[in-house]
Amino acid sequence: MDDQKTQMERREFLNTCARKLPEFIMLFAVVGGAEILSAQEEQKYDPSGHNYAMGIDIHKCIGCGRCADACKKENKVPIEPRYFRTWVERYIIPSAGETIVDSPDGGIDGFPEPDKGMDILRTFFVPKLCNHCASPPCVQVCPVGATFISRDGVVLVDEKYCVGCRYCIQACPYGARYLHPVKKVADKCTFCYHRITKGLRPACVEVCPTQARVFGEAGEQSSPLRRFLRFNDVTVLKPSLNTSPKVYYANADGEVR
Amino acid sequence: METVILAVIEKLPGVTGYIYPNEYELHWGLLIVLYPYLTGLVAGAFILASLERVFNVKALMPVYRLSLLTALSFLIVAPLPLLAHLGHPERAFEMFLTPHTQSAMAMFGFVYAWYLMVVLLLEIWFDYRANIVTWSKEKKGLIKYIYKILSLGATDISEPAVRFDGKIGKIITIIGIPSAFLLHGYVGFIFGSVKANPWWSSVLIPIVFLFSAIVSGMAMMLLVYMVTTMFRWKQTNMKCVNKLAEFLLYAIIVDFSLELLDFIHRLYESEESINILSEMISNRLFISLIISQIVLGTLIPVISLVMGRFGRFPDEMRRMLYLVAGVLIQVGIFSTRWNIVIGGQLFSKSLRGLTVYKLELMGVEGVFMTMLLLLLPFLALLILTKILPPWNESETDIVLPLKT
Repeated sequence: MDDQKTQMERREFLNTCARKLPEFIMLFAVVGGAEILSAQEEQKYDPSGHNYAMGIDIHKCIGCGRCADACKKENKVPIEPRYFRTWVERYIIPSAGETIVDSPDGGIDGFPEPDKGMDILRTFFVPKLCNHCASPPCVQVCPVGATFISRDGVVLVDEKYCVGCRYCIQACPYGARYLHPVKKVADKCTFCYHRITKGLRPACVEVCPTQARVFGEAGEQSSPLRRFLRFNDVTVLKPSLNTSPKVYYANADGEVR
Repeated sequence: METVILAVIEKLPGVTGYIYPNEYELHWGLLIVLYPYLTGLVAGAFILASLERVFNVKALMPVYRLSLLTALSFLIVAPLPLLAHLGHPERAFEMFLTPHTQSAMAMFGFVYAWYLMVVLLLEIWFDYRANIVTWSKEKKGLIKYIYKILSLGATDISEPAVRFDGKIGKIITIIGIPSAFLLHGYVGFIFGSVKANPWWSSVLIPIVFLFSAIVSGMAMMLLVYMVTTMFRWKQTNMKCVNKLAEFLLYAIIVDFSLELLDFIHRLYESEESINILSEMISNRLFISLIISQIVLGTLIPVISLVMGRFGRFPDEMRRMLYLVAGVLIQVGIFSTRWNIVIGGQLFSKSLRGLTVYKLELMGVEGVFMTMLLLLLPFLALLILTKILPPWNESETDIVLPLKT
């Protein structure tokens, strides 16, 4: 009796298997196919074939602060107004006296009206971010090598390795780094590494309404960045420090530091 | 909500001009002020000890062993403020396991380890070995076994063996002097090599650090020796303290000259950063730089030391003058560290504004923690002097007033 029951269960099991076979095949095909596809995708991106850089045209920036806002949202940068991966500065050069610079909340909520009586000579906006220097002082000083230049030329921080000593923050001449208040590690602009490795543009570049920010390959003949570098007189910030920044500014004033 | 926070923080009292938005938080606080102060005391105390050992300044014999133990006590505590300040202290050991060889900070770990293991511990061991062996035979109870372990099984105290100890000790001290220079010069290099910061970036900083270390270490030994002698009801060896005060005076003059040179050099070169730095000195660092570091910490001690050493005063008055000088020098050198570490972060790297440092009382970076870390080396010294008494009873009883 027991024997018969076992045999029936076995038959039933085999029947079920036979009935479900097409579904199994489908499942394996889908999973396997996806794996092959994603493997191909990974294979497609070769970091050593890239060298990213950014161009910023100061004449085009209208100081709307969309870039700083998009950056905070895209990269989950702490919302408090003292942590920025990118921000916009406003320069007011009066006819006489010292240049006035401000960046309330990184420019996200706009800028207050300048004093009515002020005799303004010129005014302009300057978006700032990590310069992804080719000779980065932050990388040089990191005691454990947690901050490094990736093969595609982006300065990154390994948050699982950073000890939080803040030496890199001290070493950055541009104030581009901060200590993440929750993760307790150094944090900064990554050129939206998660986007650019998929062929997308950084969030700040994507949202800029005037195309003041240009992102692309520094080495490629046909890239928009190459065109930017070709048709503009460009400068970098604090060139005397010999950090070889890869964020190039067009039409930047000597007052910009 | 964002705007409300902004409105509150935007009007932070004390922030003037423009500072980069990420600069509102000061990154290196009181604990990092403490760290160069402590390592400075280590280097200074060791260099004092080496004066007796290598340069044969026999008058300093009574403070030789005490200086070594003081250096060790401060060296043990020195990494604690660094560790407490890290965002991830649990990853600190990565600096030894996977160091980034180009980083000044990573290499400092090895300089520290070298100094602790090769220089200080070895020198103390060779110097005390014969005593340890004797004590391991004389003493009773648990301490007997502690001495047995400390002797590391090297129980030969025959004359050639002890002579060998002395010879090795001298060699270690000779290696130790450049090592002590390296230890604190390196701390200076950690700051001096930051080209982004015009207040720190100076080739003189490591040298200034070194000489201020010698000053603070000697002043500390002057204090420790006089206070411990007083509490042990022994007479102070005036020959020793006079000599110590003399060396301290020379060191403080060299140190002050170097600092002055740095100051004049900056002023004369008058680079891009000069305006914001001048503003910082007059508005933010006036008390800690002009009053505390220069007037209280340098000028008054110099007068006090000159009077004590070369004036015609009774010994008690001399001791009082030395005590005043010793305490004020500690205040001055702590201010020096403060002015370098905190001062270097009070101005924006945009060179357009100044920020403020808010000292907190409680918390890891607070005043109480700092005071605890400042007391800890003295506790360590107390324990060390119980295990390895540095006193030479026959010498402390001798009074040799120096007539000049």
